[in-house]
Amino acid sequence: MIHQYKKNGYNIVLDVNSGAVHVVDDLSYDLIEECDNRLKAISKEPSTDVKGISNPFWSLINKEEIVESFCKSDKYSGTDKSEIQEALDEIDELVNDEELFTVDRYENHIEAYKDRENVVKALCLHIAHDCNLACRYCFAGKGEYQGEKELMSFEVGKKAIDFLVANSGVRRNLEVDFFGGEPLMNFEVVKELVSYARSIEEANNKHFRFTLTTNGVLLSDEIMEYLNDNMDNVVLSIDGRPDVHNRMRPFPNGSSSYDLIIDKFVKFAKLRGQEKYYVRGTFTHNNLDFSKDVLHLADLGFKQVSVEPVVAEPSEDYALREEDLPILYKEYESLAKEMVRRCGTDEDFNFFHFMIDLEGGPCVYKRLSGCGSGTEYLAVTPHGDLYPCHQFVGNEDFLMGNVDAGITKTEIRDKFKSCNVYAKKECKDCFAKFYCSGGCAANSYNYAGDILGSYEIGCKLQKERIEDAIMIQAATQ
Amino acid sequence: MKHIKTLNTKKLSNTVKKGGCGECQTSCQSACKTSCTVGNQSCENKSK
Repeated sequence: MIHQYKKNGYNIVLDVNSGAVHVVDDLSYDLIEECDNRLKAISKEPSTDVKGISNPFWSLINKEEIVESFCKSDKYSGTDKSEIQEALDEIDELVNDEELFTVDRYENHIEAYKDRENVVKALCLHIAHDCNLACRYCFAGKGEYQGEKELMSFEVGKKAIDFLVANSGVRRNLEVDFFGGEPLMNFEVVKELVSYARSIEEANNKHFRFTLTTNGVLLSDEIMEYLNDNMDNVVLSIDGRPDVHNRMRPFPNGSSSYDLIIDKFVKFAKLRGQEKYYVRGTFTHNNLDFSKDVLHLADLGFKQVSVEPVVAEPSEDYALREEDLPILYKEYESLAKEMVRRCGTDEDFNFFHFMIDLEGGPCVYKRLSGCGSGTEYLAVTPHGDLYPCHQFVGNEDFLMGNVDAGITKTEIRDKFKSCNVYAKKECKDCFAKFYCSGGCAANSYNYAGDILGSYEIGCKLQKERIEDAIMIQAATQ
Repeated sequence: MKHIKTLNTKKLSNTVKKGGCGECQTSCQSACKTSCTVGNQSCENKSK
């Protein structure tokens, strides 16, 4: 399976099953398209010639006929036959090296994958179900997740960390994310839990990586110093331009929050050496020109930027709609072009959704399984209840157990465990399946009523982002 | 090659043999929290 497209002057061919990415000239682009059409016509019959991921039908393609037909075509009648033959020989070499027109054999590994050991390696600790902002789009319902205002006690947090260690098998690297609400509203417990976790690392042969997400309201020099010493990653919530940010992220009394946080975030990012953090924003129907928000943050000196599409009920006035998509595609593309322009200059920055690791990326198993919600990754409420991830907190249908009893509703875990790209019909023929790994289970549930469904707008945006991200690689490598 | 430039040298299919150690970061911990991005993560298994 291949996916070919043209963007910003580059002809790009993805070989989905090998992960190979090729930048090709016009002639090769057209030849590959012709070969693909011919392979599709032949390969309707299932092949029994199973060997690696090489295409079993390639030998049936009449290469001489293709060269002849190109020589006679209007577009290539003036091109030397030897040139066409040379390009086709290069394509043949890639096919023989299993880097083009490869077939999908990973599905054969799914059964073994589904039988994998149950291991938990990451917890999202809802350290505070309370918030000092009242963001309009908050999936946590202004911090409280459809429940009462509540702060996690040290005792509950300690049990959560003990649960993580006890259920992590031989995994050494464990992750704990301090999340909310606003975690800094319960900062003393954050510090106690970090100390506790560090104190049990050696005896258990574990290494904890901590992340804290904050809106910045309570951020002080003292807290910055602590976070720089103890957090592997911090996520700083800011939406971009002041009017965009203030519209969606006001205080409960309606007043603006941008001015209170911006200088602190700029200082904090500098103190972290512009590494291991993200300024993280959300764009909505109200700021479809979100590339300006990304560039606003980049122009303030932030080097690690993530601005992501809102997840909202379709009935909300700020929800993204199908008709917004053409605008959003152009926004992503113009942002990608701007990033190519800035590459290697002082204005260079990372955009989380354009980051793609073509050389040392995840293995097939990771790409099949996605984020690990409900299995490797769980959310813990201030009360100690366990949910598949932060997005499901408050939905009693997804309450899996608690830090005292562990996972008691194993059927919920089993359902999440069965969630992979082959279990979703929309993913099977999608070129993006090994990049997004089937997408976000919560998005699927919210839009399709089933974690095995899909969120169409999210999928379309994801595909655009992948095309742009690869174009950036093509332009800058 | 004259007509084709391949950007990556490692094949996804090779990770079937040595992959699956599970030491990699959980996707949502990095930044997103509302979307699933896996392709941008790095493998932590240096022997792969």
